[in-house]
Amino acid sequence: MRQKCLEIRDLQISFETSAGMVRAVRGIDLDLYKGEALAIVGESGSGKSVTVKAIMGIASSNQKTEAGTILYTYEQDGQSVTKDLLKMSPAEMRSRIKGTKIAMVFQDPMTSLDPTMTIGMQLMEGMIRHLKLDKKAAKKRAIELLEMVGITDAAKRIKNYPHQLSGGMRQRVVIAIALSCNPEILICDEPTTALDVTIQAKILELIADIQKRLGIAIIYITHDLGVVAKVADHVAVMYAGRIVEKGTAEEVFLDPRHPYTWGLMESVPDITAEKTKRLYTIPGTPPNMIDLPDGDPFAVRNRYALKADFIEEPPMFPISGTHAAATWLLDPRTPQDVVEQMNPSNGTRGGNRDE
Amino acid sequence: MSEPLLVVENLKQYFKISKNYTVKAVDGVSFHIDPGETYGLVGESGSGKSTIGRSIIRLYDPTEGTIRFDGRDISGRLDPESRSYLRTKMQMIFQDPMACLNPRKKVSDIIGQGLDIHHLYKTREERTEKIERIMRKIGLAKEHANRYPHQFSGGQRQRIGIARALIMQPKLVIADEPISALDVSIQAQVVNLMKDLQEELGVAYLFIAHDLSMVKYISDRIGVLHLGHLVESGTTEEIFDNPIHPYTISLLSAIPVPNPAIEKNRKAIEYHYETSGIDYTKGEPRTVSGTHRVLATEEEFKEWTSKNVSWR
Repeated sequence: MRQKCLEIRDLQISFETSAGMVRAVRGIDLDLYKGEALAIVGESGSGKSVTVKAIMGIASSNQKTEAGTILYTYEQDGQSVTKDLLKMSPAEMRSRIKGTKIAMVFQDPMTSLDPTMTIGMQLMEGMIRHLKLDKKAAKKRAIELLEMVGITDAAKRIKNYPHQLSGGMRQRVVIAIALSCNPEILICDEPTTALDVTIQAKILELIADIQKRLGIAIIYITHDLGVVAKVADHVAVMYAGRIVEKGTAEEVFLDPRHPYTWGLMESVPDITAEKTKRLYTIPGTPPNMIDLPDGDPFAVRNRYALKADFIEEPPMFPISGTHAAATWLLDPRTPQDVVEQMNPSNGTRGGNRDE
Repeated sequence: MSEPLLVVENLKQYFKISKNYTVKAVDGVSFHIDPGETYGLVGESGSGKSTIGRSIIRLYDPTEGTIRFDGRDISGRLDPESRSYLRTKMQMIFQDPMACLNPRKKVSDIIGQGLDIHHLYKTREERTEKIERIMRKIGLAKEHANRYPHQFSGGQRQRIGIARALIMQPKLVIADEPISALDVSIQAQVVNLMKDLQEELGVAYLFIAHDLSMVKYISDRIGVLHLGHLVESGTTEEIFDNPIHPYTISLLSAIPVPNPAIEKNRKAIEYHYETSGIDYTKGEPRTVSGTHRVLATEEEFKEWTSKNVSWR
């Protein structure tokens, strides 16, 4: 039986700026299950980072949560407890949730580690505070954690400072710190974007291995579809503050239904394919989040846009029990034989690869 | 047969850190670039790929070796005429489009700065006209000329960086990870733009990147760099269809494929230089076929070419 550990409903977040209200997240529904990996894919500005920061209770001063709930279910004294993270006080978040139940791995390991502390101290800090371990026990566990993330000679390494380690090693340390208090949810915000492909592959294999071994739930944020294919069980594609398509990794990759997902898939150069003349690109640029157009914000970049797209934003249409997409193409009133022809995964779409 | 645009021979770039410690960032690299072609330089961080780009454009003084650009030796001391030639005919595009544009200057002045420095216009009108023409080419409107860099998105900023390089009518552009900081959908736009401009203007690119899938798409020929040595080089087809060097194979196998059915169960092929028993200083470039060359000793060459490794 799959156990739901996080349930986000109708999350809406805005930022107040001098230019006007930026509606960064406009009503998101997401579920995370125990032991599964969810990937949130989207361009910069699509609201993916804001969403997970809301889970962690990290907010900038001009941020306003307009609506929504983030229900977190966990075991306490043998009982299952459900709490709304958005209603928790900052002090409660800090002592109960942040770093213990939910931990985060950031993009750049050089900025998320303290350059003036040994990595051993940084590992022990959280354990001493949250798990109430004494220094000796914390040190022992710090060494175990470093070994678990594949750092050799851990007993010596804990005396190192971040600058003495390579980029890949640093990210391993950050992962070890995140795991130090036995979290139930691990959030990885572009964990490998700052790393090389060879090291990226190793870090992803490490996270996937930890997920299996410890049975924790993982949320990945990334714009790299190759990474998503490697690690994710479930995928949510975000555009302009909304989820436009979600489903299992197989469903979204092998049977995508939203034109934006089609565009994303096609703009990745296929390394196994023959060299093509041009790469497919999604024309235009992401919309201005202060002054969103009427209807679907993607419509102006969407070459399959219907008239309805310019009038009203499409709701989520279910495709299967797990798969859904927000496009009028899935409305039963749209002639489905036309849609069939558009879908590039059917391989019938005609020649013109350019805008 | 025309002469190559750029010939790099046995380039060495050392950085002396202390009395008894020197970093050999680039250790004897040779390659050439023909006019109008794209040469892709790939490797992990620390392999020396950015250093090569910077040595060629003379941000560093090469420790050893020769660099010939358009028939001139540009590796030693530069006389004023050669310097001025180098600074116009060879241009660079940087990785981070926010960091490389002066935030206090208008876009038109950023793009026109090279023209100002080298006095490449006679009248104010000529300057404006040149700037507007290049802005049109990269897909920006005239109205954008008076804006500042922060008013643009990442992809647009990178276009400004490209415009600033191309307005000098260069023969060679060194693009140092020009798309790594951009989103996937914007990456494709920038790469397509670079390709279009190459067709139109006949400019050659030295494309430095660690993302092999984009390099495959844009490059005519590729050089694989590891620890300051060029371990394998050849045409794009030669490298991708028949990789010989174990490092190249591990690099290729590390690229994730956007297909969960394949990717979930695939593991990257690992390669550790320290434990592999390979010594780059002992090997020499050996020809596999055509222009395909690999750095190897005689035994290594025999061993690697005899087995057929599938990296997919």
